[in-house]
Amino acid sequence: MLSANELKAYITSGLACEHIEVLGNDGQHFEAVVVSSAFFGKSMVQQHQLVYQALGDRMRSEIHALSMRTFTPEAWANSGKRI
Amino acid sequence: MDTQEKIRSQVTSNPVVLYMKGSPKFPQCGFSGLAIQILQACGVKDLVAIDVLADPAIRDGIKVYANWPTIPQLYINGEFIGGSDIMRSMYEQGELQKLIETAN
Repeated sequence: MLSANELKAYITSGLACEHIEVLGNDGQHFEAVVVSSAFFGKSMVQQHQLVYQALGDRMRSEIHALSMRTFTPEAWANSGKRI
Repeated sequence: MDTQEKIRSQVTSNPVVLYMKGSPKFPQCGFSGLAIQILQACGVKDLVAIDVLADPAIRDGIKVYANWPTIPQLYINGEFIGGSDIMRSMYEQGELQKLIETAN
């Protein structure tokens, strides 16, 4: 069963993250907050695409449902760092 | 017409198109249900909902079309807007309502 920690490792192996939180303990449904300076100047669609790209084929096979929010480090600081 | 052409035609000939699992009345996935609720809260008038479960070619093809591996997917005036997370975020910021208004 896929764990939140494994999913976190999958994302960080393909995308440098300043901060990342992944929740979910049923092996199917996960929620992620991803903070990366790679998101700077990119649209929300492009930011999510970078995370999907890091996950590659796993999005089609292992990962059933992933809800995410993406932030640049600046936006994350301004958000109050709350999930 | 191949699948990519068919999708292009669907999203450009209708103002608001949602690719989803199930129908607006009976969504088959929580994210698709959320997407419908958000669109209804935005006062969408002219929604074309396409059930990808009814068409495997569209279900695979739509992921290629937008380089986006998940469903639902929202298109307004031919442009890919995002999935349910982005829809929720834009709705909370009042941006999606404005986009829907321009399409209504």
